[in-house]
Amino acid sequence: MQRALTLRAATAVAAAVVLAATATACGSSGPGSGGGSGKVTVWSLQDTALNPVQKKSAGTYNAASKDSQATLQFFVNDPYKQKLQTALGSPNAPDVFLNWGGGNLSTYVKSGNVADLSADLDPAFRSRFLPSVLAGGTVDGKVYGVPMEGVQPVALFYNKDVFTKAGISTPPATWQDLLHDIDLMKAEGVTPIALAGSQAWTELMWMEYLLDRVGGPGVFAGIQAGKPGAWQDPAVATALGMIRDLVDRGAFGSNYGSVGQDSGGADALLSKGRAGMELMGSWEYAGQLATAPDFVKAGKLGWTTFPTVANGKGDPKDVVGNPSNFFSVTAKSAHRSDAADFIKKTVAEPSYVKDLIDIGQVPAIAGIEGQLRSAPNADYTTFVYQLVQNAPSFTQSWDQALDPATAQTMLTNLQKVFNKQSTPQQFVSAMDAK
Amino acid sequence: MTITASRGGLAATRRGAGTSRRGAAPRRGDGRPGALWAVPALLYFALFAVVPMALVVALSFCRWNGLGSPHWAGTANWSRLFHDPQLGQSLRLSVLLTVVTWCVQTLICLPLGVWCAGHQRGRAVLSTLFFVPLLMSSAAVALLFSALLDPNFGLAHTLGPWLGVKDGNFIGDPHLALWTVMAVITWQFVPFHTLLYQAAARQVPVQLYEAATIDGAGRWRQFLSITLPQLRNTVVTSSVLILVGSLTYFDIVLILTNGGPGTSTRILPLHMYLTGFSSFDMGYASVLAVLLLVAGTALSLLVVRVTGFRRMTSQREGL
Repeated sequence: MQRALTLRAATAVAAAVVLAATATACGSSGPGSGGGSGKVTVWSLQDTALNPVQKKSAGTYNAASKDSQATLQFFVNDPYKQKLQTALGSPNAPDVFLNWGGGNLSTYVKSGNVADLSADLDPAFRSRFLPSVLAGGTVDGKVYGVPMEGVQPVALFYNKDVFTKAGISTPPATWQDLLHDIDLMKAEGVTPIALAGSQAWTELMWMEYLLDRVGGPGVFAGIQAGKPGAWQDPAVATALGMIRDLVDRGAFGSNYGSVGQDSGGADALLSKGRAGMELMGSWEYAGQLATAPDFVKAGKLGWTTFPTVANGKGDPKDVVGNPSNFFSVTAKSAHRSDAADFIKKTVAEPSYVKDLIDIGQVPAIAGIEGQLRSAPNADYTTFVYQLVQNAPSFTQSWDQALDPATAQTMLTNLQKVFNKQSTPQQFVSAMDAK
Repeated sequence: MTITASRGGLAATRRGAGTSRRGAAPRRGDGRPGALWAVPALLYFALFAVVPMALVVALSFCRWNGLGSPHWAGTANWSRLFHDPQLGQSLRLSVLLTVVTWCVQTLICLPLGVWCAGHQRGRAVLSTLFFVPLLMSSAAVALLFSALLDPNFGLAHTLGPWLGVKDGNFIGDPHLALWTVMAVITWQFVPFHTLLYQAAARQVPVQLYEAATIDGAGRWRQFLSITLPQLRNTVVTSSVLILVGSLTYFDIVLILTNGGPGTSTRILPLHMYLTGFSSFDMGYASVLAVLLLVAGTALSLLVVRVTGFRRMTSQREGL
């Protein structure tokens, strides 16, 4: 204890010295020093399509509001998580910050860095969001995050030309159909499923859906809650066994380990007809539209729900993926009520929702089906909307839902199963030892 | 021969002038900068090298995930070192990577640098081409190669069958991935070390070769008996840079394979980075950082001591 105090004292002194040096150097005062009028700092991610929409909405808010003024700051995706991790709880923390909800948000909540917004957001406001998505911003029954972007469920995409050539008339509805279709495509000399195996999170999507179909959402909920022995649930090994079966059948071809998602390697396989299917987040449509517009515009890109699994415990309507991105308020914000006010008056506004739809997003707002139908790409956006709207459960991507250390170990071990370096049983014991 | 004579004469005059001045006015600090001159550099080094190093050592005794303030953890992080299932493999991979890249780079760079120092036709054009990788950042190199290594649309698709890899699966194959990474790292750093050797080879006095030619030594004999011994100090410099560099270097591996497939390319520095900035386990990552710091210092001291580099003896006695 003595040591802990000394260390903390040393850290405090060091911090004070650094702060003093900074203050003298810049001659500026730190944020949050003044009371009175609320300057709300909002941290969000760089996104060429979304940022103009956010700026417009913040501008409207600032013009209408007397006291509270919001300033938006945008950050590049990958370093943002690290920046947030170190800034939260420091004097440099923003008032409102973007996060991914679920387990990621819950880590911040448990360290006491996020404000409980339950009292600020009345039931009427909450009912404007799709329940399965708003759940992503809820921790222990209290609302800490509000969806501020479109929904991103994972769906099965396919190339209609490849299906026709292989003699497949309808996309696979059951696991048996899928296995049968894989054989048909292999006979045609086409890789049945495009997989970017150099990036383990794309392989994770198969595991997320299979575990939900086989064992229901409760299995992963137990894992996420850190229940002892949760990885030992037989459904985990069963799902991994089905993955191993796909690998052994050559469903992903032989060189998937070198294929990248960020480099567009897997998407190109699908659009060029060298692979038949791809399991990917709903952003796949916009991605294909940007890189292979002819493929999408000619109606060759198909999409469907993940197949059902016979005797599985999970509801076939369950989805996995990223429910949405969320806005939360920092616990130590000097402008807590202004920050909540900003969230309340922007993210569910009809004009903001309309702008989101115009840039191709599917907002997590209830009752916008009609609006989606009259917008471009209506077939696809209504499919995504209904997928989420009808979902009894929306499991967040495991790598976001689990704590960072467990997520890392899990991704590495899963990649080993896909590469036949580990058996399902080895995966279970490696994760169980964690 | 006249050139040699005049050079010798010049040197003699210079030496003479020095002696006379030393004899005339033995003022304090004459001609040599005082300790005060070193203050900026020392301050810079203290602030950006010594302080962070001390903090890392302190952090290695703490539990910290980047959120809030660090908590004292005693030696818990250090005892984890003995139970880390990944450490052994990472260490093995790092040693293999270091040894192989050192051998390959030295074997390529030394002859290439000596060749570039010559006066052959087309040499300037080719030397310039060799330097292109040096102008690219590691991130750019890694992104370029991940495009080239795409097994379906990249160069790997075309070249794979020629190299015995039918499906072009280079970075996705647990047995090939590390070798592929080594090839990319070598590609990136060959120009730099070639430049070192080129500069050093240019410094070798031409009289040595002239005398050897008169004595009837062939080109190969000259290379072995003159060029190689004269490049001795450069070999040490380049080796220390490669050996110590490969203990801290991981950007290409991070972007190209992220340590995968599985953990097949998770070298020690990458293991440290992923533990710190993906798992947010700063305490244990600091333990690994201290380990790398100690290993790097020990390795460079060892090389310098074994090779006699620190005696700073001249290779050109009498010239």
